[in-house]
Amino acid sequence: MEIKVLGPGCAKCSKTEKLIQEVIKETGVVAKVEKITDMMEIASYGVMGTPAVVIDKEVKCIGKVPKKEEIKIWLGQ
Amino acid sequence: MNFKSAGDNLNIGNKPGLLFFLCLLLGATALYVWWVVYNFLPTLSSWTTYDLLTIDRGSHLGASIEFFFYDTPKVMMLLFIVVFCVGILRSFFTPEKTRAFLSGKSEFAGNVLAALLGIITPFCSCSAVPLFIGFVTAGVPLGVTFSFLIAAPMVNEIALGLLYGLLGWKVAAIYLGTGLFIAITAGWVIGRLKLEGHVEDWVTQTNPATLSMEEEKMSWADRVTYGWDAVKEIIGRVWIYVILGIAVGAGIHGFVPEGVMASVMGKGSWWSVPLSVAIGIPMYSNAAGIIPVVEALLGKGAALGTVLAFMMSVIALSLPEMVILRKVLKPRLIATFIGVVACGILFVGYLFNLII
Repeated sequence: MEIKVLGPGCAKCSKTEKLIQEVIKETGVVAKVEKITDMMEIASYGVMGTPAVVIDKEVKCIGKVPKKEEIKIWLGQ
Repeated sequence: MNFKSAGDNLNIGNKPGLLFFLCLLLGATALYVWWVVYNFLPTLSSWTTYDLLTIDRGSHLGASIEFFFYDTPKVMMLLFIVVFCVGILRSFFTPEKTRAFLSGKSEFAGNVLAALLGIITPFCSCSAVPLFIGFVTAGVPLGVTFSFLIAAPMVNEIALGLLYGLLGWKVAAIYLGTGLFIAITAGWVIGRLKLEGHVEDWVTQTNPATLSMEEEKMSWADRVTYGWDAVKEIIGRVWIYVILGIAVGAGIHGFVPEGVMASVMGKGSWWSVPLSVAIGIPMYSNAAGIIPVVEALLGKGAALGTVLAFMMSVIALSLPEMVILRKVLKPRLIATFIGVVACGILFVGYLFNLII
């Protein structure tokens, strides 16, 4: 599973990445988390707000820090 | 998205049953308690200062401390209500909906709508670039996009809540009106100048993917949670600035002699408006820190127009935002953007010094 956190590096973006890492650790899902800070790349996903979460090329959430329960569902848990 | 939200279990909004009325009753009670405490604040601050801390009545220190103990809880309580209500209102809007609404609108009407939507669409300045690209590539005219980008930081719920609480509804209304006016006209002027060629080339070459994400269905319980999250997030971020701002304001209130600001920031000196805009542009502070200081300056004889101009240039134009926008705008367009907005602020400053 390939997880991408899109965001230029504000506090909310870091928090989103941290939460995803926590869920991965808790559930033991095998996933690669990558942070995308490049504006061109962020824009190419068509999102208009950050942080945004993309899992396997599918945009899951835009412009907010997701809740842990939501992340678990995205990871199929 | 297929996750089940908390609201689905409560059925709020779908079947207004007993639970709904209980919530309504609870909300009304909370509002009543809020109102009683709010009205009790002057008594409480005076009692804390003069009876609990036994500071002399009429002393400089006493005036400062009473000001601090009155303004801090007052501002916090007002922020709480305003941020919560605006949060609920915002849950009805997303940048995607706003964009769909704005694309294909005629120029002037588009500027007006963009400025209004700029106030209520959830937006954080760190996503200014993706938002700009999203708007422009979807066919929202450049000038209309700018109206949105100017209104979004300038007219915000924190500024309105603080202005209302500290300076009254008239000043808050003037700020809202003139902020919208600047966003609409500045955006319109930028549109007329035909500067589309000064957007960085890669922006127009970007072909953003179309999203297949479903619109999230929100129940009323979700919206209340959204408002509550906004309260936690915003107040958690700005409370320290509010306290610092009020502390500086309290110092000015108690120790700076009456009328001293009249010569520097008063109506008499024509240069005070451009000077405050020039000082305000590179400054980066949020509304929460700047407005308590502004209140104290007004109390010492500064003119409303000058102070308004200072506040707007601090909030609406900031160096970090320009650095972010430089990624998508060529230098000439950035300069035009700053210039046009600064002219609008100058106009507002002079206008209010003239009529009030």
